This record gives sequence, C-alpha cells and structure tokens, in this order.
Amino acid sequence: MTTGSNALAEPHLYLRAQARWHGIEIAFWIATLLPFLLFKPYLLLASQLAITALFALSLDLILGYAGIVSLGHAAFFGVGAYAAGIVTKYGWGEPLSGLLIASVAAALVGYAASFIVARFRHLALIMITLGMGLLLFEAANSASWLTGGADGLQGIKIWPLFGAFKFDLYGVTAYGYSLAVLFLLFLVARRLIHSPFGLSLRGIRENPLRMPAVGASSQAHIRKIYTIAAAIAGVAGALLAQTTSTVSLEVLGFQRSADVLVILILGGAGRLYGGILGAIIYMVARDQFSGLNPQYWYFWIGLLLIAVVMFLPNGILGGLAKLTASWRHRAS
Amino acid sequence: MIGPLFGVLFDGFAYGMLLFLLSVGLSVTLGMMNFVNLAHCSFAMLGGYVTVTLMNRLGWPFLATLPAAFVAAAAVSVVLERLLYRRLYRASDLDQCLLTIGIVFVSIAVAAYIFGTVQQPMQLPAYLQGSIVVMGVNFAVYRLFLVGTALAITVILVAALEYTRFGAQVRAAVDNQRMARGLGINVEGAFAVTFALGSGLAGLGGALAIPMVGLDPSFAFAYLIYVLIVVSVGGLASIGGSFAAAALLGISDMAGKYYVPQLGAFLIYLVMVGLLMWRPAGLFGKR
Repeated sequence: MTTGSNALAEPHLYLRAQARWHGIEIAFWIATLLPFLLFKPYLLLASQLAITALFALSLDLILGYAGIVSLGHAAFFGVGAYAAGIVTKYGWGEPLSGLLIASVAAALVGYAASFIVARFRHLALIMITLGMGLLLFEAANSASWLTGGADGLQGIKIWPLFGAFKFDLYGVTAYGYSLAVLFLLFLVARRLIHSPFGLSLRGIRENPLRMPAVGASSQAHIRKIYTIAAAIAGVAGALLAQTTSTVSLEVLGFQRSADVLVILILGGAGRLYGGILGAIIYMVARDQFSGLNPQYWYFWIGLLLIAVVMFLPNGILGGLAKLTASWRHRAS
Repeated sequence: MIGPLFGVLFDGFAYGMLLFLLSVGLSVTLGMMNFVNLAHCSFAMLGGYVTVTLMNRLGWPFLATLPAAFVAAAAVSVVLERLLYRRLYRASDLDQCLLTIGIVFVSIAVAAYIFGTVQQPMQLPAYLQGSIVVMGVNFAVYRLFLVGTALAITVILVAALEYTRFGAQVRAAVDNQRMARGLGINVEGAFAVTFALGSGLAGLGGALAIPMVGLDPSFAFAYLIYVLIVVSVGGLASIGGSFAAAALLGISDMAGKYYVPQLGAFLIYLVMVGLLMWRPAGLFGKR
C-alpha cells in the first residue's frame, strides 16, 4: 500500500518492494534464538512450537494465499510423520535424509490429491478434504502391520544429527534442528509468495474464474501450490516424529487439522507470519492452561475462535496492520 | 442366511432414519442461506441432554421429553442465529466454518463441565424395550418406533414444504434467493423459522439417538461427520435426497461394521469421497 504509483505500474518493482526485509522481521528471527539462553526448560515446547508454526505456514500457502479451504491438512503432516518413522524402523535413522524422504512421500500424496482438490470449491471442497483426511486416518488405523495402528509406531531410532548432535531429553538439538528447518522453509515460502507465481495465487483466491481468462490456469497453479504445501506439511510431521521419537495415530486426526486452522486464523491467514504468531500464542497458552484444567481448553479456544471471526476477520496480524495503518494515517 | 441379512438391513435402515432426523434441518438451511453450520450436531446434543436431565432428575416419561428436546434445541438455535449467525450470512465459507467450529468446541466443553465425559445412563420405558420376531427376523421395538417416527416426520415435512404457503416461500428462497427477495418474500424471516425447525429436529434426533448410540460430549463432533455426509451426498434442500442418502449411509455403515469390521469407517469415507467427486452437488442436488 505504501509503494508509489510508478512501482505499482512496474510489476517487478512492486514485487521487489514487497519482498524487502523489514527490521521487525530480522529482529523476530534473532529473537527466536532466545530460548537457548533464557527459557532452557522450555526448549522442548519451543521445538514443538517451531514444528506447529511450520505446519501452519504450509496451510497458509494454500488457504491464505490460494484460498483453498482444507479441513484435512493433517493428512500430509501424518504421511510425513509416518514416512520418517517407518524409515528408521527399517534401519535408516539419518535425520536429514529422513526429512527428505518424508517430504517426498507427502508431496506425492499431495500431488495425487491436488488433482481432486483443484476441481472443487465451496462446500464440496470442504467435504472432500475432510473426507480424504478421515480416509487416510482410517487407512493408517487398519494397516497396523505398517503403522502400528492405534498403539502407534514402535521402535523409532534416530541417529545423531550430522553424526554429532544427539536428540536429548532437554531438546537443545530438537529446537535448533526444528528452528533451522522452519527458517529455511520460511525463506522458500517467502520467496514463493513474492514471486509472480505467488501473485497469481492471490489472483486465484480473489477470483478463480478470471485468472484463466488472463492466461493463468487456476488448476495448474493450485496443483503446484498444493503439492508444495503438502511437502512442507510432511516435513513438519517428520520433524515431530524425529524430535519426539514417537508417531501416534493422532498425527492424522481431525483434531490436528482443526487446530492448525485455528492457529492460522488466529494469527492471520494470508500473511507469512500469521501461522507463526498463531502457533506461539496457541502453544504457549495451551502449555499454561493445560496445567489448570485440560478438559476445558477447548472452551476457550472455541470462544477465541468466535471472537476472532466476529471482531478480527483477518486475525491478530490483520488487526495490527489495521491499527498501524490508521495510526500512520492520523500522524500524517 | 436371509435372517441375519434382513436384520442388518433393518438395523441399518433404523440407523439411517436417525441420521435423517439429525441432518434434514441442516440440508434445508444450508440450501437456503448457503450457511455452513457445523454446529448443527451441537443442537442435537443439547436435545439429548435435555431428555436425559428431564428423565433422570425430574422423572418425566420418555415420550414427554421428546417435544421438550425439540423446543429447547429450537429456542437455543434462535438465540444463536440472532446473536451470531445472521452477521455472517454474507461472509466466506471459511468464516462460517470457523464460527460454527468455535460453537462446537464451546458446546463440548460446556457439556463436559455440566455432565462429565461419561456416557449418560438412560432407562427406556418397558413398552419400547425388547423385540418382536417376524419370520425369523428380530425387530427391536425401539428401532421400529424410531423408523415410524422418522417416516411420520418425513411425511409432515414433505407435505409442509410442498403444500403450504410457507413451504412455497422456502422453496423459492432455495431456488433463487435474490428473486425471492424481489418478490417480497421475507427470506430472513423464513430462514430464521426454518433454522429453528431444523435445529429442533436435530434436538429431537439427538434425544432419540441416546438408546441407540449413547450420549457423551463427543457426540457433537462424532455425528457431525455423518450429518455432513448425508447432506453433501443427498444434495442441498432436498428432503427426498437426504432421506435416500441417510438410508444408504445407515445401511452401508451397519453392513460394513457387520461383514468387514476390520475396515472400520473406511468404507463410508471412501463412498463419500467417490460420490462427491462423481457428483459434487450430491446425488439429488440441483446445483
């Protein structure tokens, strides 16, 4: 909005202006290193947080930018987690290649699903994503020879990272590893969003019928971004499997799909930091509240969700952007 | 061989009728306003808890609690519709989804707070217990009662929708909301009434569901999925479609659990995704 008129006329200048690093962004990423120094007992939580943020980021790519509502995004998280876990069961515990295998597995599933997803919108889309998520959950439940069924995957053994850093109980390696992966994939997502491809995704979100009319095929774009998002979600799942050494059926559950949606909406969909901010608030709040009365956690989440939809349609970041915009307007 | 087969068919049909009662209201309201109301089963759960409370605490007879369940669910739904839903009629699917998921979360927590997470005990009156055997097939009396109730309600609904002035207004609003408005039909008013009736039916369904599937706070989510399947497969605002879809779902679910239990609910979801891909607007949907 702050770009001048000539920048708007030149698309690549507009994109470059959008992609410029902001001071707050740099400060934020430096602040993510603080847990190593200040919050040492919470490193495991911090690593879970980074994983959740990565998962929310992957949902943001399809929901926030391409406008594809998904109630079954945990499917790809789960595929990644199981892929990473099963690889170690067959004697290969190297974490980085495990991540790669998991992301490829999730991307393949995502690519197959994208052909279905790209064809539908509205209620049918919501139902189909929900149905596919449930389908995968039931499949994993039935295939207990592979996944361990309801008991979860047993016997995961992860080798030390780079052969040197062990995944310990304190979560130093876990957090460093998750954070590094989150940051790298965030850079990828950031680059993607500020490319012409990212711009056309936003076009699809605003009007999926007009985009083909200006020469950008909606369906091909949706297939691409859906596959990418699935791969990132798979990496997030693999990180969880590797850092906690457990995979349970819950990674595929509807609850996880709903949670990540809540997290993203809370932070602000269609904004790169929305998922991360949402994950921070959600995970920290859950950690604090679950000590008090875990049963009623969802009461507050539900109330929060209602409040966000009614009063903050663009999430916390959207509300903040609105505030600063009006403040600037008044100042000038 | 024939005996068990008929038994499964009948049980599945009775289960399907339960799903029909739970979902028919959502089908009509979704068709009218395109409002994705995922909290529909929360109203059903409310009806269930009203029945349990009235029976166990106040000693009402079972049949007398059913209208109470209907009225309570309808009343609460009107309050929510006026307070929250109506502000989001023009919002995106996503916002509507999120708002109603929020309501589901709250309703589950409130139910857990008041009643605990255990299954609610309920004692059916003697005349609804037991079963009768006809030609070697076992018919549980309660399921016969359920099927009879559902069929009666179907007849009433179809008649009301086809032959009354209000029904004509509802159909007009479903077919073309803007045109209906242009003709002076009070679409909001008609919607509010339909919404209350649909939620009331869900409440009744929730009350009738207890003897068959039990009642605990997870009801609001567990049956939401079945209801959504019925609605999306049957097509929006189609009572016949909902009826057929519910019967089909009930029978295939029961048959799946009976003959291939290792597949679990897999079969149901597979059928749903397949049907939706084949016909996104549902089996009987017009749009």
